[in-house]
Amino acid sequence: MFETIRYDVKDGIAWLYLNRPTKLNAFIAQMNREVKEAIKAASSDDQVRCVVISGEGRAFCSGQDLSEVDENMDHGQVLRDHYGPMIMQIRKCEKPIVGAINGVAAGAGFSLALACDFRLVSERASFLNAFVHVGLIPDSGNLYYLTQLVGQAKAAELSILGEKVSAADAVDMGLANRLISVETWEEDVNAFATRLASLPTKAIGLIKRSLKAVTELSFEDYLEQEAQGQRIAGLTNDHREGINAFMGKRKPVYSGQ
Amino acid sequence: MSNFDFIETYFKGSTAVIELNRPRQLNSLNTKMISEIVVAMEAFDRNETVRVIVLSGKGRSFSAGADIDEMTEANPISLELLNQFAEWDRLALIKKPIIGAVHGFVFGGGFELALCCDVLISASNTEFAFPEVGLGVMPGAGGTQRLTKLAGRTKALEWLWTGERISAETALKHGVINKIVYPELLMEEAMKFANKLAKQPPLSLRLIKDSVNKAVDSSLYEGMQYERKNFYLLFATQDQKEGMNAFIEKRKPDYQGK
Repeated sequence: MFETIRYDVKDGIAWLYLNRPTKLNAFIAQMNREVKEAIKAASSDDQVRCVVISGEGRAFCSGQDLSEVDENMDHGQVLRDHYGPMIMQIRKCEKPIVGAINGVAAGAGFSLALACDFRLVSERASFLNAFVHVGLIPDSGNLYYLTQLVGQAKAAELSILGEKVSAADAVDMGLANRLISVETWEEDVNAFATRLASLPTKAIGLIKRSLKAVTELSFEDYLEQEAQGQRIAGLTNDHREGINAFMGKRKPVYSGQ
Repeated sequence: MSNFDFIETYFKGSTAVIELNRPRQLNSLNTKMISEIVVAMEAFDRNETVRVIVLSGKGRSFSAGADIDEMTEANPISLELLNQFAEWDRLALIKKPIIGAVHGFVFGGGFELALCCDVLISASNTEFAFPEVGLGVMPGAGGTQRLTKLAGRTKALEWLWTGERISAETALKHGVINKIVYPELLMEEAMKFANKLAKQPPLSLRLIKDSVNKAVDSSLYEGMQYERKNFYLLFATQDQKEGMNAFIEKRKPDYQGK
């Protein structure tokens, strides 16, 4: 079904691998489309309670495939037609999304990593806002997310100087959540995703709505959305399960509903 | 209520709910469905126990538009003789508050139907559009008129000419809808608003709607005279006495609609 990515659902986790390893998983329009379709499928699949995005081979994603770029193209339209819809689909997804950054995440690959809820970084990972090196600006939502994660000053530094950020530095500056050694990479990523997949999925989706609302709404409107979110959460089976487990002094077993 | 083919109706307290019920066709409107909506609305408008009417759609969308199949063979003469939009004119004569609760696609005739409501509560996932231009036609049931009165000529022309989809946020920004709520809570929030209105004095609501509608269509002077008469008229109601007495006695009023 997919040619540029691999997509499998197993034990509540949707694994999405960018799968153009000989091109360092560089984006072509087809890959934009397939990532979008896979995220859409994961979003509407009740079996899926966590999504992991990672890269085949040694890179996470090196950004736009330059072989698809020609001098006459309208760069803005490429974003509107291909990258924007993909990033928007990720933003709309109500399942937790983990970026498992196995190697270099450059350009739009960096942007893709930023669009995830979590970034787990392998010791081999690095981030590079390469756009400025070819006279372009960070795109695909890059600076929107980057400024929220590391602040204006650091975001300006990373995007204007275009210096590479190591995995360890990424964790230090709040760009990534966990540094994972190469030896335990797969095991630790799997454990992290499994943990997410066992949490109250509906509540996570509602938390994600509130996190987005922070940047989109006035405080007054935010409080109203928060009230609506809590109303919905209060009606879930998982809320009842959490309360019952707490009362019964046992571990809760969440269904995600 | 009597049996309908394309809508479902029920009562909740003093609110009457009409649900478009062709979910597999995304509630696309056919002439029969419009007739049923009009019949139900007029019945509720006369029903003394009903204070507010809520209009919503079953399934994934409020309404994706008119049934195109019904129209492909139409010609000007057949349309004139069918005079289908006369039914829509009757919707504008409903005196009680109509709250539209919309979600998913609100396209074409579905958008026009939504614009017949007095208040629109929208799910956050709603998309509004007038795609008629893409079929070589244009809205015919009030779309160009009502949208322009709400959003102004500038945006109305842009949306009607391009046929592009408008998000709930954009619709809110331009005064097309009243409130955006999470999709899960659409009916709950619409009913909450209906309950709020159901506690207000019905004749006040009625004459406020009458006066506000007058403002849309008349000069300020004419509208002011009209408003004044409605204001005076309310002093003939029991609810005016009840409202003012309750205020003086520091208690909650209990309105009878008389």
